[in-house]
Amino acid sequence: MGKTLAEKILTEKSGQDARAGDIVIAKVNVAAFQDGTGPLGVRQLQKMKISKVKAPKSIFFLDHAAPSPRKELSNDHILLREFSRKSGATLSEVGDGVIHQRLVETFVKPGDVVIGGDSHTCTSGALGAFATGMGSTDVAIGMAMGKTWFRVPQTFRIEVEGRFQPGVLSKDLILYLIGQLGADGATYKALEFGGPTIDRLSMESRFVLSNMAVEAGAKVGLIASDKKTKEYLKSQGRIRDWRPITPDKDAEYERVIRINADKLVPQVAFPHTVDNTRPITKAKGIKIDQVFIGTCTNGRIEDLKIAAKILKNKKRASHTRLIVVPASRKVYLEAMKLGLLEIFVRAGAIIMGPGCGPCVGVHQGVLGDGEVCLSTANRNFKGRMGNPKGFVYLASPATAAYSAIMGKISDPREIMAQKKPRRRR
Amino acid sequence: MKLKGRVWKFGDSISTDLICPGRYFHLRSNLPELAKHVLEDADPEFASKMSKGDFVVAGNNFGLGSSREHAPTIIKLSGVSAVLAKSFARIFYRNAINVGLPLLECDTDKIDEGDELEVDLSTGIIKDKTKGFELQAKPLPRAMLNILQDGGLVAHIQKHKDFKLD
Ligand code: SF4
Repeated sequence: MGKTLAEKILTEKSGQDARAGDIVIAKVNVAAFQDGTGPLGVRQLQKMKISKVKAPKSIFFLDHAAPSPRKELSNDHILLREFSRKSGATLSEVGDGVIHQRLVETFVKPGDVVIGGDSHTCTSGALGAFATGMGSTDVAIGMAMGKTWFRVPQTFRIEVEGRFQPGVLSKDLILYLIGQLGADGATYKALEFGGPTIDRLSMESRFVLSNMAVEAGAKVGLIASDKKTKEYLKSQGRIRDWRPITPDKDAEYERVIRINADKLVPQVAFPHTVDNTRPITKAKGIKIDQVFIGTCTNGRIEDLKIAAKILKNKKRASHTRLIVVPASRKVYLEAMKLGLLEIFVRAGAIIMGPGCGPCVGVHQGVLGDGEVCLSTANRNFKGRMGNPKGFVYLASPATAAYSAIMGKISDPREIMAQKKPRRRR
Repeated sequence: MKLKGRVWKFGDSISTDLICPGRYFHLRSNLPELAKHVLEDADPEFASKMSKGDFVVAGNNFGLGSSREHAPTIIKLSGVSAVLAKSFARIFYRNAINVGLPLLECDTDKIDEGDELEVDLSTGIIKDKTKGFELQAKPLPRAMLNILQDGGLVAHIQKHKDFKLD
């Protein structure tokens, strides 16, 4: 019997025949922390008197509170900087960018096992890496020992065919899927995305799918490493890191879910759960106080290009604030070179430094009581943007940009469909 | 080991944002202070009303969302003796075991707020003393049980110098 992507990678990294349900101890290639989970991890290591890291790439990212809005967090940053220096870990400084964007740009390669003290570590799965979020103690011990234990997950194969209508993006696909599965529909499972539509998708669009796998409860969101992966790594100056990884044809899947992209319409997740998704037609007209374009889900250059195309020579609605946060320094620089930042500023946006920005309610763009935000992030839980009395809706960067102009949730197909439609298949 | 206490009942989908809100991010290195806000966005008065030894009882997918280990850590720190739910989110589950917070997966529908429970962790038997019925929780996977019995992952590694899961 053949193997799924999850089984293949864990077989290689554990040195035993890893099958769904088995417990394996696997080598860890990349162990990562962010500034919210790192301090607890470091203290656990200190408690165990461990001062050196063993995972080949051990990295601390200062991104959630970057730059720090208060002294307590500045002190956490000091702790992480000092520990990195002494332990041999790498430090990603304030302004370098969000953990998951930095990981895919610079650190992760196909076939790696990646553990991160952040639930969206699954983002790197789009590169064909077994990448999963864990708590501080697990990551700290994985970082120190260069290995960790896993239960090999059963896999749901998500098979997608057809072409997106103009105005529909991979964000709409994943929101739709989470709506179908429910927030716990894939708990403990691996999602494996494939099929003709996925083959055609850019890496940037693929990252969106893997990023949100955890919102259906999944452990990983995997995509085969193929030509697109190779092109992407090449564009990042890392062609040597590429190698192909595909699931076996006769791999055993617990479920196969088929989706036809032709029929998909833009989706919106309503407050306060990610699986509360509805087609845009049900959301149209909801007045919004703030639009946020950014995060490890949709703060990449492809997203900013789409948003800039819509916002070019337009203005945000007078009652709607617009916040744009490039996910990394690299993305920021590229947006600058392409003139996207000027388009945003002229449209009335405020651009903030690379990082998580307002995503997790630490600082910047905190909602007022009763305020509504349309965000390109991956979570809309109550209190998520710093105020339990705020309301967060999730959508694609196209929906977000167009809605910022209209001042209410609006269907981006209204403007993007005007383009000559691409010939089908 | 037998645990006794009163029930605080919560619904489905209690996220880590509800358990440990992002706006207290700056308190993450000050756990006793952070624990004063435990479950605040699910029930603002929970931390002040509960007593040591009480149980948190919830519906489906308890602990979904972020990987913050602070969530199970402050539940434990606040004195909650165990969390009972119909199901748990994956990362929360593993974190809770790692920090030594007992979890019991069972059908919680018949348990109500204020009920007196007696829980035997070794057998997974839950007695509702108020209503007079018994429930059997799903057993923990062996790997998890080993870690919990050692007192969490740090203690487990210190004891065995490695993972010892079976
Ligand atoms: S951008 Fe948001 S979801 Fe992504 S790592 Fe940062 S806080 Fe988490």
